[in-house]
Amino acid sequence: MDIFVQQVVSGLATGGIYGSVALALVMIYQATDVVNFAQGEMAMFSTYLAWTMINAGLPYWVAFFATLAIAFVGGLVIERVVIRPVENAPVLTIVIVCIGLLVIFNSVAGWIYSYIQKPFPGPFPEKPIMIGNVFFGAHDLGALGVTLLVLLFLYLFFRYTTLGLAMRAAAQNPTSSRLCGIRVGWMLALGWGFAALVGAVAGMMVAPVVFLDPNMMAGILIYAFASATLGGFTSPGGAVLGGLIVGVIENLVGTYVRFIGTELKLTVALALILVVLVVKPSGLFGRAAVHRV
Amino acid sequence: MALLEAEGLEAQYGGTKVLHGIRFAVEEGGITTILGANGAGKTTTLRAVCGMVKTSGEIRFDGRRIRGRPTEDIVRLGIAHVPEGRGTFMQLTVEENLRLGAYGRTAKGPLGRDFQRVYEHFPVLGERRRQIAGSLSGGEQQMLAVARALMLRPRLLLLDEPSLGLGPLVVREIFRIVRAINREERVGVLLVEQNATMALDLADHAYLLETGRVVMSGPSAELRQDDAIRRSYLGY
Repeated sequence: MDIFVQQVVSGLATGGIYGSVALALVMIYQATDVVNFAQGEMAMFSTYLAWTMINAGLPYWVAFFATLAIAFVGGLVIERVVIRPVENAPVLTIVIVCIGLLVIFNSVAGWIYSYIQKPFPGPFPEKPIMIGNVFFGAHDLGALGVTLLVLLFLYLFFRYTTLGLAMRAAAQNPTSSRLCGIRVGWMLALGWGFAALVGAVAGMMVAPVVFLDPNMMAGILIYAFASATLGGFTSPGGAVLGGLIVGVIENLVGTYVRFIGTELKLTVALALILVVLVVKPSGLFGRAAVHRV
Repeated sequence: MALLEAEGLEAQYGGTKVLHGIRFAVEEGGITTILGANGAGKTTTLRAVCGMVKTSGEIRFDGRRIRGRPTEDIVRLGIAHVPEGRGTFMQLTVEENLRLGAYGRTAKGPLGRDFQRVYEHFPVLGERRRQIAGSLSGGEQQMLAVARALMLRPRLLLLDEPSLGLGPLVVREIFRIVRAINREERVGVLLVEQNATMALDLADHAYLLETGRVVMSGPSAELRQDDAIRRSYLGY
């Protein structure tokens, strides 16, 4: 039973990270109908920036927030400079541009920082925390807490501020939004900024576990796809919940199903994508796309 | 000086020209209607004013040239457009739709009075303010579209076929409110309408559009007497 609880909490911690990246994917997908394949690499690159700042002697949390700011501005600039020129191009064109970004970020990170894994510090104590008579990893609990805080912040922002409302409106109905005086292009750019910010949080929270290297987000992006597919690509809340579910399933299957173990965990995510797409393509909380013709 | 003036206005979709150099005006506090059959270019005319189609020629609002400016900038000058199909944000609540209507307003500040005003005009929206807009009936959505436009505190209201698909009672209610807003707040109105009888009753000035050209214009009372208009558009 103790192992079960431990595995669930640890699953929630990684699930929160999958959910964050899934949320980033969904935010951009909802606004532009495009899946940003470079989301993971953008997060990885942000994490390297944090590493650089921490190595230069900045306190962890200063580096953390500085990284968030840089990631936000970076996401915004990428949308304005790279995505905007192909805004009205066919979806495939934009997908290729995103894949181009993925390769660029990956190569540049490898070029600057090399492909050797680096340890990345966590802000939480090493010592496990005992609650009741079960031990929990401090990093698991901390990462889960940070992730939930960021998600709560985003929820409040989108739910209660006028800017958040305008961003939702721009994603839903660009034409009507323009008629309300909303600068739709900038709302999309802000969406990229927030997505990059969420990704950066995920990167910094997962790096202490998987170690920092240019390919660290590859697997996580697949889990994020599984999460977004499970929760529904049209539902931000669903994507986060999907992430938590995927994290827990992954951990429990890895622990209790002997032949899967740690090596085949990623296969679980891919199998999950397949099952969801066959059984309920819109995901648990998504709406089926309806196109009027 | 007229509130809105267009001269030699041309508009095209792709390579197809839809408006061939039309001229019209809306007076300060006046109501102008553009009549015409399907495909005459009525909707395009409104879209041209808001910079939603490719245009040439000249459009002046309050003496300022606005042609070629981005839609959102034109809206911010105080031109509220109730588009064809109503443009409702289906997944947002009624209240959120209204908040968005005030987004482009230049005079910032609390919206309490504006909410109160539109809920007075449209009590049903007040009752349903927490409801998702997609769950409203067609008539309620049309009211929401007009109410959303009012939240801008516009100086000019562009109305595209507000009667489309609605029952006569709802239509009469919407027209009554438009008239009230026009009289009480001196909001200029440019109305595009297939229901020529109601449009001519409401408007002080009318233009008749045929395949992208103005073929007749004048005070509504005069056009109502015209034999050709009576036969083709009023049906008696």
